Amino acid sequence: MSLVIKGASLLGEGPADLFIDDTGTFVDIAPSGAETIDAAGLVALPGLVDLHTHLREPGREDAETILTGSQAAALGGYTAVLAMANTSPVTDTAEAATRVWELGREAGLVHVQPVGAVTRGLAGEELAELGLMHRSRAGVTVFSDDGKCVHDARVMRRALEYVKAFGGVVSQHAQDPSLAGPSACCHEGELSGRLGLPGWPGIAEEVIVARDVMLARHTGSRLHVAHVSTAGSVEVLRWAKAQAGRDGHWDVTAEVTPHHLLLTSDLLAGYDPTFKVNPPLRPQEDVEALRAALADGTIDAVATDHAPHARHDKEHAFVDAAFGMLGLETALGVVRTALPDLSWADVARVMSVTPARIAGLADQGRPLAPGSPANVVLVDPDASVTVDRDASASLSRNNPWHGRSLSSRVVHTVYAGRLTVRDGALAQAGAHSS
Amino acid sequence: MKHLLSIDDLSTDDIHQLFETAADMHDVQRREVKKLPALRGRTVVNMFFEDSTRTRSSFEIAGKWLSADVINVSAKGSSASKGESLRDTVLTVCAMGVDGLVIRHPASGAAVQVSEWVDAAVVNAGDGMHEHPTQALLDAYTLQRHLGSLEGRHVAIIGDLTHSRVFRSNVQCLTRLGARVTVVAPPTLMPSGIVAWSAAAGFETSYDVDAVLPDADAVMMLRVQRERMSGAFFPSAREYTVGYGLTRNRLALLKPDVPICHPGPMNRGLEIAADAADAAQSVVLEQVSSGLAIRMAVLYHLLAGSPEGGIA
Repeated sequence: MSLVIKGASLLGEGPADLFIDDTGTFVDIAPSGAETIDAAGLVALPGLVDLHTHLREPGREDAETILTGSQAAALGGYTAVLAMANTSPVTDTAEAATRVWELGREAGLVHVQPVGAVTRGLAGEELAELGLMHRSRAGVTVFSDDGKCVHDARVMRRALEYVKAFGGVVSQHAQDPSLAGPSACCHEGELSGRLGLPGWPGIAEEVIVARDVMLARHTGSRLHVAHVSTAGSVEVLRWAKAQAGRDGHWDVTAEVTPHHLLLTSDLLAGYDPTFKVNPPLRPQEDVEALRAALADGTIDAVATDHAPHARHDKEHAFVDAAFGMLGLETALGVVRTALPDLSWADVARVMSVTPARIAGLADQGRPLAPGSPANVVLVDPDASVTVDRDASASLSRNNPWHGRSLSSRVVHTVYAGRLTVRDGALAQAGAHSS
Repeated sequence: MKHLLSIDDLSTDDIHQLFETAADMHDVQRREVKKLPALRGRTVVNMFFEDSTRTRSSFEIAGKWLSADVINVSAKGSSASKGESLRDTVLTVCAMGVDGLVIRHPASGAAVQVSEWVDAAVVNAGDGMHEHPTQALLDAYTLQRHLGSLEGRHVAIIGDLTHSRVFRSNVQCLTRLGARVTVVAPPTLMPSGIVAWSAAAGFETSYDVDAVLPDADAVMMLRVQRERMSGAFFPSAREYTVGYGLTRNRLALLKPDVPICHPGPMNRGLEIAADAADAAQSVVLEQVSSGLAIRMAVLYHLLAGSPEGGIA
């Protein structure tokens, strides 16, 4: 089906018409018989790309499936998500990666790109079959033990070296387990001291980030730092990028989550496990540093760390409750709320263009111009949305934004030339034909 | 007050009122028939997810002497081992018509969370490293009986502060009653952020036991959990005792008749020497009987009288 999007504001600039032919490609001239969407007043961005999504399938289909996660992603304006490897079984073989990729195609709402585990079973000891995952139909290029840190420096070094052969990237969950103990669940500071919660100190992240950027330099390989949460990590990244700019032999990128841009550790005072996330929410000064780093490019991308959990997995004592919160449907609104001065071009940069580049997704994050695959999201910049967790497409309800008002609203999402979200609701799902 | 989860739930007046009631309850302990009808027809469940002898027994006797029907549920490990959530576990118990739930749990905040799920009055009998409010009340009550008013009195709390719920409740309770509190521990056993916290809450910190003891009007020793010794918190038991233990030599630093508290169980020879534990000014056993009176007072105020409970 062909499509005409009339009068959209491209990246927040002057209005223009977008023409999409029935191959799902932007073209110069309106195709005949095309459906027309009036996009006056809406901002058009390249479809959003999430570097960090937990879809829970296989293994915990009660919390999320690839289909429901894809629905949530489409509603949030995403056209591609990277599905983290900490499923059950772990995505550490070519077969497991291919299965996730196939289920994503069957869902047909976003490009679901599997992330491969760095180590077998996420055990941190032996490398997973990185090359076979890359050679599979899934074409895995991003590898992560997310949920766990590749804490052994030797293993991390070998992983960085190995993926160089095919341009892979290692996405690190930076958490030194000897500094953040096994029960760590709350930012270590005055509040954790008063509440008696095991602290997760910022330094446990920073020492791994510092180590890994040096390993990236040593290996000349690509390092991506997942969910950066502290001002100290930002300082290390800023230094590393400055050095890399001089000698050009290392390639370090980083992401921040929407929740780390807006929520602070104070929210844990009531022991509500909805706000239990890994890495933990940090104090306001860290939040400010993360915002500044995103705006100035020290942090390259926003990634949701969408982490659905069944209700009963959150209804334990705080220390025992599962880590994580939902994020796909609210990410854009949170970014707009946290950084209202960020230009739409910068929003596109941090939520689509750069994530697509990091993940090596050639069809994503492209200019809204003839010849590009038609992945686009249309946003009402003047609307606000009061979040209702019960209205989510996700199977889970661990939504920290429930009842909060967020800026802007995703109105339409187009994936591969086809409307997946129309007027803020899911359009009919169907198989992806590309 | 519907629940007692933290000392922060209590005003200064509430604490004094509980002490007055506790004094009456203390008198009951001296009677031949130790029984009051106050909680007749009420059901109290002691739900302990963690081992405890003295606290569980104290709550059990307190409830029984007030004529409540008291049931002990040893829930240690049950929710985790059988995969049931904490919410489901407590809702199941409370569905049996429970009026009061006394909960001990190894996780900080568990009692706070439970209070949001159930209709019963919840008493926090110790939650992880967070709080143990009845212990703080019984400690302050015991000290008040010895010192009169706590206003302006200097209390030293010494030991493993990081992992101590007793400390967290006591520092609130004692400062609220006007005491000057100094907490003493090696830096590795000071909670994170204690500098800002102590400044805001109005207590002092020190690494020097010998400097603090001569000025103290009361000394509260905290138990050192032996498993901490392998966690690089301090080099050895011997070094801890030399640096922070209430040794025989340090006993001589104290002013005469300064009461010595310990929440028990005591590690004799580690944080407290036998000479100190058994000294004439040791109030360790008195704390136990005070604890019974305090717990009777707490259950009485929460569960007797109006259906809403509360301190009248």
